[in-house]
Amino acid sequence: MSAVMAQAPSTALLTVEHLTMQFGGLIAIGDVSFEAFPREITAVIGPNGAGKTTLFNCLTGFYKPTVGRLTLRHPTRGDFLLERMEGYDIPEHAGVARTFQNIRLFPQMSVLENLIIAQHNKLMRASGFTFAGLLGLPVYRNAEKQAVELAKYWLDHINLTERADWNAGNLPYGDQRRLEIARAMCTEPALLCLDEPAAGLNPKESAELNQLLTYIRDQHGIGLLLIEHDMSVVMGISDHIVVLDYGRKISDGTPEFIRNDPAVIRAYLGEEGDDA
Amino acid sequence: MAGSTALPVTPTRAMLREAGLIALVVFGLSFSLVGFKIEDVPGGLAILTRFDGVFFATALAFLGRIGLIMLREQRALPVALTALPTAALVLLLQLFSGDLDPERSYPFRSGVVNWSLFAVALALGLRALWLTWHHGGSLSNRDARDAAMDRVGAKVQHAARFLGPALLGFAIVLPFLPFADRRLLDIAILVVTYIMLGWGLNIVVGLAGLLDLGYVAFYAVGAYSYALLAQYFDLGFWTCLPLAGILAAFAGILLGFPVLRLRGDYLAIVTLGFGEIIRVILLNWYTFTGGPDGISGIPRPTFFGLELTKRATDGETFHQFFGLTYSPMDRIIFLFYLILALALVTNLFTLRIRKLPIGRAWEALREDEIACRSLGMNPRNTKLTAFSIGAMFGGFGGSFFATRQGFISPESFTFIESAVILAIVVLGGMGSQIGVVFAAILLIGLPEFFRELQQYRMLAFGLAMVTIMVWRPSGLLAHREPTLRLHPKPGQENTS
Repeated sequence: MSAVMAQAPSTALLTVEHLTMQFGGLIAIGDVSFEAFPREITAVIGPNGAGKTTLFNCLTGFYKPTVGRLTLRHPTRGDFLLERMEGYDIPEHAGVARTFQNIRLFPQMSVLENLIIAQHNKLMRASGFTFAGLLGLPVYRNAEKQAVELAKYWLDHINLTERADWNAGNLPYGDQRRLEIARAMCTEPALLCLDEPAAGLNPKESAELNQLLTYIRDQHGIGLLLIEHDMSVVMGISDHIVVLDYGRKISDGTPEFIRNDPAVIRAYLGEEGDDA
Repeated sequence: MAGSTALPVTPTRAMLREAGLIALVVFGLSFSLVGFKIEDVPGGLAILTRFDGVFFATALAFLGRIGLIMLREQRALPVALTALPTAALVLLLQLFSGDLDPERSYPFRSGVVNWSLFAVALALGLRALWLTWHHGGSLSNRDARDAAMDRVGAKVQHAARFLGPALLGFAIVLPFLPFADRRLLDIAILVVTYIMLGWGLNIVVGLAGLLDLGYVAFYAVGAYSYALLAQYFDLGFWTCLPLAGILAAFAGILLGFPVLRLRGDYLAIVTLGFGEIIRVILLNWYTFTGGPDGISGIPRPTFFGLELTKRATDGETFHQFFGLTYSPMDRIIFLFYLILALALVTNLFTLRIRKLPIGRAWEALREDEIACRSLGMNPRNTKLTAFSIGAMFGGFGGSFFATRQGFISPESFTFIESAVILAIVVLGGMGSQIGVVFAAILLIGLPEFFRELQQYRMLAFGLAMVTIMVWRPSGLLAHREPTLRLHPKPGQENTS
């Protein structure tokens, strides 16, 4: 596949066009365009400071891009222009969920509660904005039961059913990472953005993570966007890789293509090798 | 046995130096604070010196520090052997020396100093005795201590199922117990008022994690709402109670909109300012609020339209309707039940809302606001609800205060009230409902009983807060139970 994309824009889940993010004089991201498709894992790689996390923050509404258009085509709800939306509306309406580079769970709350809070907006409506819930109406009780069922489904897939009532902060590191992914999935997103999900995991946990991510892609049919340094994860599971360096896109294509692209080797892979 | 040999023993010189340093600090502090005293003598003021007090304070700090160092190193036996007899000696001297010279109590001039010396020596001695007994001394380890306290918190919270109803039952029969006189009931009303305010503030501080130093502002809004509505529109207590709550909630939203972008300390400072602004407005808007004169003649609450007075202004009174003989205690008992009911409503509401999405959202917001945003939660609205609901209960409490006192003035709503309510929440353990009860009894009830020690009240208050911050920063009974479980709690599968 060539580095040129946008052959079939109508099928893309996410279209990033000319995204630029400036902090004062610093251009963190300069004119980046790429697409991500449903049922695909798109990896964003690049050396430290390449602007990967900034890209995520633009996508999920934590930053307002200086220039550019971010279009999300939700399979059922229509198109959304992410750069115009309030940050907290993006997960709710456009269906973009994310995880964080340094895990952000609710450490003093139980694993199950973490997954229930992810379904906050749904439950808020079911609880009649608290009034029906205060009265204990069945409509809220049913909604809560369903929310617990969804949580159970994900607990089974991350092997935390046994420890569902533990405080999230007491889990081992690898479990916390997976719990954060499950929590993001509980918002029922169309696009899941993962910021270095394999950071700090041992090879066995990395392999489990790969399984989980391919499972999400194949069974839930959503698009995944992935920032990762761990090449075994990137090369193993991604369908499509975007390479950033100093805020610019330097390459875009299949793992095979990226592996052999001289520009990428020069900027990134050549210096670090196939580190695991 | 292993513990005592494993720890390095501080050489005598280092020990003396550390104790000397502490003694120097104490000397520096006490030289001006204790050493000089201004007294009113005929013909003006005179400066008296009390250098013996300085000397004793310094010596005690020196010896006490040596004791602590030895305790730290598990050399407990000599400490126990010194401290316990000292405590006993001080106690005996204090108890039986009054006959020798009525002007003076031994060994020091002030009874309070003697008593605190006794308490400290006793605590030190008992601690040393405990260490000799148990050798290991796991309590000196911070994590172990925290875990132990968390277990205590969990136990108390578990016990709260029985303890809560038991306390409630006690509160219900309290007015009819033989020892329940007017003074006790007044104190009980005060304590329950603070319990209610603590529970209200617990929503804001304990659940939502918003440090609010101006809670008394909403208390004031509630009180003045009732007083002014009664004064200008001649409305009764029961009409004004919900109105006061709504107005206070509204004040909470008004304050909340601009300031909820702020976090932690900044939010605390702004709420502190807001509390003062409300008070200053009440003080200066003379034509409307009466300013420093306050508002008097606030109507008393009625029992379903029946007045609790000797003679009714119109219609029947409570005792006439039920054919009882009039007793002034009726009104006090009624007020007690009223605030008890208000507090119960606050508690039930909090317990229930914790298990609803909004309650979980508040707790999640306390834990991590950014994660909340990434899950599609609107942080501003969520915070505003916490702020306004907390304010609403403050407003209820305020209108009760107004009707109980019959007179309010801005003086009742100073910063110290906010600080006391916050102290109750923090001391009890943020988010712990039963903890608030104990903390309110400790901070409000005990000082009321020991009014004679009035001048040492703030001292004890400060001491308690510092101790809590050092030993248990999360509060005495802080222990959080998940709001819903997948598996039944181990050990109680049978209970639902």
